[in-house]
Amino acid sequence: MSGADMSGTATSGTGRVSSMIMGPLGGSLLPARTPRQAFRKMVQSEARLSRRQPIGPALGLGMPVVLLVIFGSLPAFHKHYPKLGGLTYFNIYLPILLALVLAALGLWSLPTPLATYREQGILRRLSTTPAPPPWVLAAQLVLNVGQAVVALIVLVVVGIAAFGVEAPKSIIGLILMLLVSMAALFAIGLVIAAVSPTGQAAGAIGSAVFFPMMFFAGLWVPRNEMPSALRGVSDFTPLGAAVQGLQSSLFNGFPSVQPVLVLLAYAIVAAVLALRFFRWE
Amino acid sequence: MSVNGGTAGTAIEVSHLRKTYGPTVAVDDVSFSVAEGEIFGILGPNGAGKTTTVECAVGLRTPDSGSIRVLGLDPVTDREELHLTVGVQLQSSVLPSRLRVGEILDLYQSFYPEPADVAELTEALGLGGKLKDYYKDLSGGQKQRLSIALALIGQPKIAVLDEMTTGLDPRARRDTWELIAGVRDRGVTIVLVTHYMDEAERLCDRVALVDQGRIAAVDTPVGLAGRAGGGKRVRFLPSGSFDDRLLTGRPEVISVQRQGPHVLVGGSGQLVNAVILTLAAAGVDANDVQMESANLEDAFVRLTGRSLHGEHNEEEVRESEAVAQL
Repeated sequence: MSGADMSGTATSGTGRVSSMIMGPLGGSLLPARTPRQAFRKMVQSEARLSRRQPIGPALGLGMPVVLLVIFGSLPAFHKHYPKLGGLTYFNIYLPILLALVLAALGLWSLPTPLATYREQGILRRLSTTPAPPPWVLAAQLVLNVGQAVVALIVLVVVGIAAFGVEAPKSIIGLILMLLVSMAALFAIGLVIAAVSPTGQAAGAIGSAVFFPMMFFAGLWVPRNEMPSALRGVSDFTPLGAAVQGLQSSLFNGFPSVQPVLVLLAYAIVAAVLALRFFRWE
Repeated sequence: MSVNGGTAGTAIEVSHLRKTYGPTVAVDDVSFSVAEGEIFGILGPNGAGKTTTVECAVGLRTPDSGSIRVLGLDPVTDREELHLTVGVQLQSSVLPSRLRVGEILDLYQSFYPEPADVAELTEALGLGGKLKDYYKDLSGGQKQRLSIALALIGQPKIAVLDEMTTGLDPRARRDTWELIAGVRDRGVTIVLVTHYMDEAERLCDRVALVDQGRIAAVDTPVGLAGRAGGGKRVRFLPSGSFDDRLLTGRPEVISVQRQGPHVLVGGSGQLVNAVILTLAAAGVDANDVQMESANLEDAFVRLTGRSLHGEHNEEEVRESEAVAQL
């Protein structure tokens, strides 16, 4: 599930997503008769709901940007330290905040509405119309991928333009790392949506996963300052691998293959689990 | 969107439907057919298998055995095509609380190639002034009417309405009945699942009485009432307590039911005389006597030996009766 597929036009994006999701359900891959505009309306509805109860925008965009500005305003964060490999704390925290965007959107903003819709029978109601319920899931993915792209671009651009971060050493590496990280986090979010009986449960599970993941991402103790054993564990967590690869793309060059493979493995395993366990009612 | 040949005039054909949930048999060997253009009622107490039956018919559940054809389509394999022509109102369905009524209608309208006119539909359902309201701010009755509107928004050939007037006040129920009769007059086949006897009696061309997963009888409301025998009913308020067997011992009496302080006696012949004289002999006065001809309620009791309202609370019974008297 690469983010690139979904950031295209709405209809072509849906094709990929729903064929992936609907395969084991035995449903038609793409409904032949439902008007195409129905999917656009569905994305529009999800966007409205997200605006009226802005979990995604607040946690996925607001919180990381506020933290970026706070960190950027502290002079101590702009001192270069040999223990950080000559980087500043601001440098160190930029990839952590990028990871925060993906964690907030993938672990909270994506699964909570889906679990709520199932809990309330909204997905079931939808399955009595010609519109397939997987379209709601696809609409949520489109919406959250869109929010993630905006938030990630804002963070990188503000970091460079306002707080003197150098241009990324490897732009391709950066984009690659963001895509595989997004795939892993969103797939994990779908597992949460799959196993949560209620919207509240989804929120609770999301939190239970979010905080340990952000710990290993280095939000409280940056990876450079972790004891090596702890960092070794961090390398194999989704956000630890993400920060490792993002940091090297930003400040050193194209990332090593290990974080990419770790994230791909999480993405594939989680996607399989989500497909296996997702229920529409 | 072809109506397959061989079933002309038949909208829905259900034969030998069976559905179990674990050890529980929800629907057992149910067969019936619904003609195009009729209002077909499925009447029975809660837990009788009404909802399971229609959920199988609209493809929400897969039957264990038996076959179902809806406009010639198989609900399981032809689901999408079916949902273009069959509108469904589910019992207790909920919609996103922070969407406005107009936005929900707009969304559901986009699912269908030839949707109904939203303004006309909402006007007919008394939702015209509510388009800007959030779903969460609607009353129970308004939510129910929105749910009916969504079942009709695709201009379906068949509308399946499950407990459509539950939660509506008497006035709104009557309005809804009129609306449904109007929809039928435009040629739409309607399947009405209900536990309200008066609703089935008032609205349905034919009614299937369902009890414990089986169909007890299918007939017109008048035909079913006729099967209740004699076709009379006496309702009264006794001045004191008495043993029901006092009345059931009389040849005129077929059934005796208690409804709060009231007693409802079904039977035939000189029923009123028999009741009053028998009670008087036991020193009990029958006050506030009302006589009615037999109805579906009696038919149900007669055919199943159980009360239609056996599992409902008194409030619901009173509510349904208040409406019946309007």
